[in-house]
Amino acid sequence: MILAVLEQTKGTLPESSLEALTAARELAKISNDQAEVVLIGSQVKSLVSHLKGCAKALLVEDAKLDTYAPEAYAKIVAETIQKRSPRAVVAAGTDLGNDWMSRVAVRLDLGLATGCTEFKFEGANLRVIRFNWGGSLLEEAELRSNPKLITVQPHAIPNKPGEGAEPATETLSVALNEKDFRVQVKQVLASEKKGITLQDAKVVIGGGRGMGAGENFKMLEDLAGLLNGAVGGSRVATNNGWRPHSDQIGQTGQIIAPDLYIACGISGAIQHMVGCKASKKILVINKDSEAPIFQRADYGVVGDALQVIPALIAEVKKAKGL
Amino acid sequence: MKVLVCVKRVPDTGGGFKLTSDGQRVDTTNMDFTISPHEECAVEEAIRIIEKHGGSSTVLTLGPEQAQEQLREALAKSVNGAILLEAPDYESWDPAATAQAIAEAAKPGGYDILLFGNECADACNYQVGLRVAHWLDIPCVTGIKALEIQGNKAIAKREVKDGWEVYEVSLPAAFTVKEGLNSPRHPSLRGIMGAKKIPIEKKKLNKREPQLVRKMLRKPQEGRGQIEILGQGVEAVPKVVAKLRELGVI
Ligand SMILES: Cc1cc2nc3c(=O)[nH]c(=O)nc-3n(C[C@H](O)[C@H](O)[C@H](O)COP(=O)(O)OP(=O)(O)OC[C@H]3O[C@@H](n4cnc5c(N)ncnc54)[C@H](O)[C@@H]3O)c2cc1C
Ligand SMILES: Nc1ncnc2c1ncn2[C@@H]1O[C@H](COP(=O)(O)O)[C@@H](O)[C@H]1O
Repeated sequence: MILAVLEQTKGTLPESSLEALTAARELAKISNDQAEVVLIGSQVKSLVSHLKGCAKALLVEDAKLDTYAPEAYAKIVAETIQKRSPRAVVAAGTDLGNDWMSRVAVRLDLGLATGCTEFKFEGANLRVIRFNWGGSLLEEAELRSNPKLITVQPHAIPNKPGEGAEPATETLSVALNEKDFRVQVKQVLASEKKGITLQDAKVVIGGGRGMGAGENFKMLEDLAGLLNGAVGGSRVATNNGWRPHSDQIGQTGQIIAPDLYIACGISGAIQHMVGCKASKKILVINKDSEAPIFQRADYGVVGDALQVIPALIAEVKKAKGL
Repeated sequence: MKVLVCVKRVPDTGGGFKLTSDGQRVDTTNMDFTISPHEECAVEEAIRIIEKHGGSSTVLTLGPEQAQEQLREALAKSVNGAILLEAPDYESWDPAATAQAIAEAAKPGGYDILLFGNECADACNYQVGLRVAHWLDIPCVTGIKALEIQGNKAIAKREVKDGWEVYEVSLPAAFTVKEGLNSPRHPSLRGIMGAKKIPIEKKKLNKREPQLVRKMLRKPQEGRGQIEILGQGVEAVPKVVAKLRELGVI
């Protein structure tokens, strides 16, 4: 059996969970096995209709588990593994999925391969391809302990809805004590940010050292306003305090995948590019025609961003009849 | 207050990667070395906690002799002590092996707070901090971007899609941190000179059998073709607008 461990928020399964579920079903298929799913929260029964093609849904319904309680969640999964002896356990390689599975791994003293993009059984071992350097490199690795614990890199395996009947459901009960709740979300604060997020925007405009100063990001905001986009930046932009760190694009920031990324005054360091290379198209404005980013983009303007962008804003306004 | 902060030596690969011919590692000829930006923030936080609450901070790395360079950098920023867990072959230590050695080294220290990066820059395992915390039987919050110590409690915040999750745990506790937690300082010249005199404690610990074993590294395929240059300076603007139209952006 292959066990999928799925995170849900407010009664919905995020895309990354559906990708992990797809991966679990595929792993089950190639090893002539069946897939089962663990779901934890207060209203998880309603999610069973998304789990077609799986043999069983193991549900833990408890209002106390509605907000993430990592140690309780890990205990539930660890006990489920001991009871049901899966060959492999699959979760999404998100912040939450990696946290949860690491805790499961150490409880059972097992190896865990995070950020996997491919996997196949080779006898008793599992071969995986996984992200290194935030995706700038791929590592081929072997997981030797059993069962195999893996998390799936978001966007690596496209979600394919399952076919066939809905799974049978079974309610699990795991005894939880006070210590299992020593780490738990106490409060959720709404974001102070307004407007479209970097994740949701179809157009993202990034600024780097070449923007010269924090004030100059105002022109990127203006352009983003006209193109219905969002503004982000390189690590230099966030380190200089020109943008908040939450706007950083790259290995230690966000990974974005808009239709168009416009990079202004950014050199194209590999740690920046892993954050934006999933963009459908990349347009560069950089005054140095030798900058490495010209090797990693679709369209380029060689020029001073501080002159090109105001001219571009004027021209876009004209084009839009504003 | 006693704080331990763990950092990993990695090559500074901004310009791109070359792999060794056997595909086993990054070719580091002529490369500088550094630590992950997350870990730089962990070091900074350790210093700030001690500045505010008193006590001492210690930086630890499991790595080769040369990793003393990364320890000295932290000492120069005014971390108080340093531990090198000697492991010339540290790249082949899996997360469980690394964490077991760190936990063993940390146990006698009586640390109130342990700080880690959310993930290391190279192998990106996302798990060493959690494993160490489990073996020391202390709570751990991962991926935090804010930390406040109040007596024997810590309030930590984690950024999520539409806001912040707030956690409260009692000390001793471990935290894995993300860049954005603070703005790391640069070492002063005096700090650099002073750091040279601080002795580094060296230990050699057993390596447990790895469960996750590297076979090979490779570069991902890059899908983009030849770039189309739309022009020089402001003269390119009409072509850019035409392109934005073509792409359906305006
Ligand atoms: C482990 C690790 C993780 C990292 N994570 C990230 C990350 O998440 N995100 C990230 O961005 N970086 C990250 N970095 C840093 C990265 O290596 C680079 O240092 C950084 O991306 C460089 O930012 P930049 O392009 O803005 O600046 P620079 O590299 O200094 O480039 C500035 C560019 O602007 C151009 N320019 C200057 N003036 C103008 C002008 N007036 N008009 C037009 N162009 C101009 C220059 O020609 C140059 O190409 C990481 C590094 C490490 C080691
Ligand atoms: N060799 C090492 N020496 C010291 N600390 C390490 C080492 N490897 C990992 N760590 C710490 O554990 C964090 C997470 O690493 P990882 O789980 O490998 O992604 C890193 O950011 C470091 O703080």
